[in-house]
Amino acid sequence: MIILEDVHYTYDGIYTALQGISLQVDDGERLAVIGANGAGKTTMIKHMNGLLRPQEGRVILDGQDTKFMSVAEIAREVGLVFQNPDHQLFLDSVKKEVEFGLRNIGFTENEAEQRRQKTLASLGLEGLAERSPFTLSGGERKRVALASVLSTEPRFLALDEPTIGQDAHQKNRLAQMLAEMNKRGRTVVVVTHDIEFVIENFPRTVAMAEGQIIADGSTNMVLSNDEVIERCSLAPPQMTLAARAIRNVFPEVGQRLTLLSELEETIMGILGGA
Amino acid sequence: MALIEFADFSFKYLGADSLALKRIKLIIDEGEYVVLTGPSGCGKTTFCRAINALVPQFHRGYVAGNVYTDGKNTRENEVATFASVAGLVFQNPENQLVTLDVEKEIAFGPENLGVAPAEIRRRVEELIELLDLEELREKHPHEMSGGEQQRVAIAATLALKPKVLVADEPTSNLDPKSAETILEIFAHLNKRGMAVVLVEHRLDLVARDASRIILMNKGRIVADGNPREILAMDLCEEIGVGVPKATQVYKRLRTRGVDLRNVPLTGVELAELVQEATSQ
Ligand SMILES: Nc1ncnc2c1ncn2[C@@H]1O[C@H](COP(=O)(O)OP(=O)(O)OP(=O)(O)O)[C@@H](O)[C@H]1O
Ligand SMILES: Nc1ncnc2c1ncn2[C@@H]1O[C@H](COP(=O)(O)OP(=O)(O)O)[C@@H](O)[C@H]1O
Ligand SMILES: [Mg+2]
Ligand SMILES: [Mg+2]
Repeated sequence: MIILEDVHYTYDGIYTALQGISLQVDDGERLAVIGANGAGKTTMIKHMNGLLRPQEGRVILDGQDTKFMSVAEIAREVGLVFQNPDHQLFLDSVKKEVEFGLRNIGFTENEAEQRRQKTLASLGLEGLAERSPFTLSGGERKRVALASVLSTEPRFLALDEPTIGQDAHQKNRLAQMLAEMNKRGRTVVVVTHDIEFVIENFPRTVAMAEGQIIADGSTNMVLSNDEVIERCSLAPPQMTLAARAIRNVFPEVGQRLTLLSELEETIMGILGGA
Repeated sequence: MALIEFADFSFKYLGADSLALKRIKLIIDEGEYVVLTGPSGCGKTTFCRAINALVPQFHRGYVAGNVYTDGKNTRENEVATFASVAGLVFQNPENQLVTLDVEKEIAFGPENLGVAPAEIRRRVEELIELLDLEELREKHPHEMSGGEQQRVAIAATLALKPKVLVADEPTSNLDPKSAETILEIFAHLNKRGMAVVLVEHRLDLVARDASRIILMNKGRIVADGNPREILAMDLCEEIGVGVPKATQVYKRLRTRGVDLRNVPLTGVELAELVQEATSQ
């Protein structure tokens, strides 16, 4: 369990990023963090693995105040994938990049190799093991950064904008991988602007604005909160717009139209009855 | 004259073992709004770099064929020649930002083009206003969030007033509202004559603005045409293109024998088509 208790953080003494964040993440949860650009999401998630330390307040990991733990100790439990892979990747081959973390936490060479291969294949990176990460495309680099953390399968996964640069297939594969790890008991926290990714994969959503949490609860509830829509700079997802447009023309259509299949069935119904 | 012409152009990065672009042949004319999409790693960024000569002059490698941007061969003219013609928004904003603060960043491009100082000041103020950068005015790019950096990178490119804006996944770090705003700005500038080449995975956001969609896969152009025609193809799902929701519903209905009169790109269009079908 990770608890953030009234966490404050100001960069260089002038740029206030967090103004009293309190949040509890239980073991086995799947949680999305949303918010406008500059809301403090990255600053917050960096507190979860000790990369940033609270200037006020506390971060408590499994009952222990992380003030007394090193970044290395925290990182063993909480794996962070950076928003920008350039800040994470530093070795000259994909293979080394992924095996580095694995060897670090004590996997033998054989085990590390097996895990590396499996993770690269799951993320559509097979065939790129010998490449230098600096010669990869943006989306590929992001997946290498993901692979270096997901391969170690830490108890807590903290992923900052994991879908950047990903096509529809890669996004689905990633979602599937996270779901499997979650079934095995891993806790998943993502920061993302991809609201469809949130709706499809995360039961709980935390909404941030100006360094504070303005809503925290079931994804459905948080995303239908008008204050959240306004202050988190959300735009209605296309599904919502489509459902609204259908309802405008056919007022008899019911409210629940959040899935593609529901919209499809509704239209079949309308046309069948015509 | 074509604004951009790829004449049987192929490219392989130095040290790579396969071609990133394979025999690309196409013409983009003035005023077009082209959306380029395709799987991660298929060659979109390389295509963008080839338009403004970064490929093959900065990123070196094996080249065959030619690219002509504004009539000039990208292999035979300096990279600087293309700066005022094709403005590139980099996929990773951090690789684009070179100066110490937002004002300098926006002024940097036009200064290098020799634009008059008064005009530069005007563009800087206009873009700070347009892209909502006031609060960041004096900030260093490394002191900004990812989305903030991306907005600054877009402003810096627009400050060049390019003939064609080449934007490589320019909304990837933006919150939904900012992404919408940026795309509205692009559509507006397109109506005023600026051509747009936009790389994007989430076509829900851009399909309605595009006059043309190009699908790429493994370094080749595999489809090129009208957005409705392209998005109706099953090839999109096969290679992982993010087809708009309304178009996905249309395609599901089609497999069940319902043929709406046209291919919708938005929810409103879908609703209209369904209504039309009921009143027949
Ligand atoms: N290194 C830094 N130095 C100074 N200010 C910073 C730094 N990093 C971030 N900030 C500022 O702190 C605030 C929060 O930034 P943060 O990166 O946490 O936002 P975010 O919610 O992740 O935004 P985005 O969606 O754009 O990634 C912003 O106002 C930003 O400008
Ligand atoms: N600097 C480079 N050196 C070698 N290979 C590269 C380089 N940049 C990209 N590539 C490779 O070229 C292919 C196309 O990359 P890119 O154009 O960035 O793809 P996209 O933008 O569609 O994701 C990929 O296989 C990628 O790994
Ligand atoms: Mg961030
Ligand atoms: Mg790219």
